[in-house]
Order: sequence, then structure tokens, then C-alpha cells
Amino acid sequence: MYDGWKIILGLVVFVVIVTLPFTMSVGKTYVEPKPSIDTPEIQKMEKKQCIEPKQYMREMHIKLLYSWKDYATREGKRLYVASDGKTYTISLQNTCLKCHSNKEKFCDECHNYVNVKPYCWDCHIEPKVGGLK
Amino acid sequence: MITRRDFLKIAAFSSLLGLGGAFTINALEKEPGQKVLKDIKALKGKRWAMVIDTRKFKTQEDFEKVIRACHKAHNVPEIANPLHEVKWIWTDDYEHSFAGTAEEYISTEVKERKFLLLCNHCDNAPCVRVCPVKATFKRPDGITMQDMHRCIGCKFCMAGCPYGARNYNFLPPRDYIKELNPEYPTRTIGVVEKCTFCNERIDRGLLPYCVEASEGKIIFGDLYDPNSEIRKVLSENIVIRRKVELGTQPMVFYII
Ligand code: SF4
Ligand code: SF4
Repeated sequence: MYDGWKIILGLVVFVVIVTLPFTMSVGKTYVEPKPSIDTPEIQKMEKKQCIEPKQYMREMHIKLLYSWKDYATREGKRLYVASDGKTYTISLQNTCLKCHSNKEKFCDECHNYVNVKPYCWDCHIEPKVGGLK
Repeated sequence: MITRRDFLKIAAFSSLLGLGGAFTINALEKEPGQKVLKDIKALKGKRWAMVIDTRKFKTQEDFEKVIRACHKAHNVPEIANPLHEVKWIWTDDYEHSFAGTAEEYISTEVKERKFLLLCNHCDNAPCVRVCPVKATFKRPDGITMQDMHRCIGCKFCMAGCPYGARNYNFLPPRDYIKELNPEYPTRTIGVVEKCTFCNERIDRGLLPYCVEASEGKIIFGDLYDPNSEIRKVLSENIVIRRKVELGTQPMVFYII
């Protein structure tokens, strides 16, 4: 094999780079994200449920927010009727965050875990701890 | 086994049907029962317009009250440097407000008046035409709206707007807002902003902040409704508009 060492070196470098995401987390303890729903507003609720079922919100919340944004800004439709028939005002800042007033312990918990950095808070004002300021 | 030829055929047909590229961001098509609606309280209009009675604005406080109401509610930053300033509603003198059409021999009293300026929500808005990403668009009721999530900060609209109604956020706006209104978002550095005709209030059945704060000096209503108050005011007074010669069809009228 001509230049065999070059090929092998290349392969080694390749394998190291490809496995980097795994090797880098070796030794780090796995902390499961635990978003907290312990806020005054949620405590007041009899049945602690978001506007839609938990699983749906987990998977779809960003898509839901995007649709909300389009309906509100483009079509002036500002009321959302959930699948259970309840009506909510379309607003991240005034509806979602009214209950989830603990952004750090709720939103950030998972976002940090999966290392996504949504830029919602560049404009939307996050509540002060313990309710909207 | 599917042959390469068959695969290409299927791909070609499905892209013809729009299946291949079908991508929807609309999460509301997934669950049954979900709906979005307009508020029944929302003000209904086909073409929102504004009349500013410039005779009634006398003191500095008359102007300030209106400007403050808008800027405070909408978290508009207060930046002193005119190169970086952001304003949704502001004042200027007769000559500059009506550049090109200002009558030279009009009374000194008018010449010395100040005029409230804001986005004209032009019926034929050049800012909308030049926006390359459709961040700025016309709502069916005539409001020139801007989707802040979509603005890429290219500043084409600023060049397109002949009224200087648009401002770019050169500086992080939050550093220049004394008191945040927690119910309205701020903007971020790198986007353009302007007056929105308070569409968020109209959609809830309320008049714009500036109209409310003006205590009758500004009239807001549906230009296409012959029975509206604004049409009555327009039929009873002589009004001028800014730079009509450009064909932008501004929707803000000034009683002189
Ligand atoms: S005044 Fe300027 S920003 Fe407003 S609609 Fe007209 S062109 Fe657009
Ligand atoms: S209509 Fe609303 S956004 Fe526009 S100047 Fe008046 S208060 Fe400000």
C-alpha cells in the first residue's frame, strides 16, 4: 500500500472528529432536564394543563408559536381556540409567560440541555421571577 | 426493486403535485378542533386613516402627551443622537413637513405651527414594494405592518419611504428604554421599526394610543365608510397631505 501511513492517519483523524460529540461528553454526568411548572399562576389551577396536552406542547410549541405569530401579525387573528374548545389570547408575552413566569426554570431548562438558543427574548420581555414585573 | 428510472418518475410527478416541497409550518393543522379567530370586539374597517387637526395642537405639552403615550406603550427607545434615534411619532415645522408643497405666502401662524408626523400607512406604499423578504406588508384594512421576526435589517424600506417614517435600530434598544411596558415587546438591534397604527389595539376594539391621548385632536376611522366620523370631518374641512405628488396615497390628513 503506497502512502499507507497517510491513509491511516487520515482515517484516525476522521474517526476522532466524528466521535468527538460522544468522546467530549465522556465523564460528564447526565442531568435530565426537569422543567419546573411551580409558579404562582400554575399553582392556582385545578387541573394543571397547558393550552394543549403535554406531549403536543413538547413537540409542537415552537411551531404553534410560529403559526400564532403569523396569524396575529398577518391576519389580525388574535384568539386561539384550543382543541378542548377553550379560548386564549394569542401572545407569547401575555399568555404563555403569564403561567410560565419562571423562564429560567422552564424554558431554559430544556433549551440549555439541547443547546438551542431561541432569540424570542431579544424582543419579548421575559417575566421577572415570581410573575410579570 | 424500484429502478432509478421509476424513482425519477415518481420524484418528478410528486414535485409537480407540490408534494416533494410541501412544507408547512402551520402547527394548527395537526390537531382537530384548533382554530384561530378574530376578536369580535375588533374594530372593523376597510381603510384606516387619520385626520390630525393641527389647529388644536397649541402647547408643547399637547404634542408631548401624544408622543409619550405612543412611545411608552410601544417600548420605543429614547436616543438623543439624531443619527441613531428611533421615533414612531414626532414633530416638524411646516416647511419640512410639507416639503415641495408648502405655500410660501401662507400665514405666519401656520408657518410657525408644528406638525405631528408618523407613518402615513400609504395605500400605495413604496416600503412594501421594496422589502425583499415581505417582512413589511399591507394588511387588508390598509395598515402597513411589519413582521419583526422576519426583518433582515436591509434598510431598503428606509430608502423607499419618502417620509422618514422608518428607523433602524443601530443600538440595542433596551438600553435606551427607561421603563419597559411588560405587555409589549421591544425590538432588537438590527431591525427597522415604525408606527403600526396600533393594530394590536384595533384588533381588540380600541383606538390607537395617540388618538386617545390627543383628546379629540386626532380623528381615526374607516375612510371607505361614508358614514364614518372621519369622512364627516374630511368633508367639512380643507385638508392637506404630505407629498401627494409622489403617488403614495398617504392616509394621514392634516387640517390646516
Ligand atoms: S409612510 Fe413610509 S413607512 Fe409608512 S407606509 Fe408610507 S412609505 Fe411605508
Ligand atoms: S397609531 Fe399607534 S403606533 Fe402609530 S403613532 Fe399613533 S400611537 Fe403610535
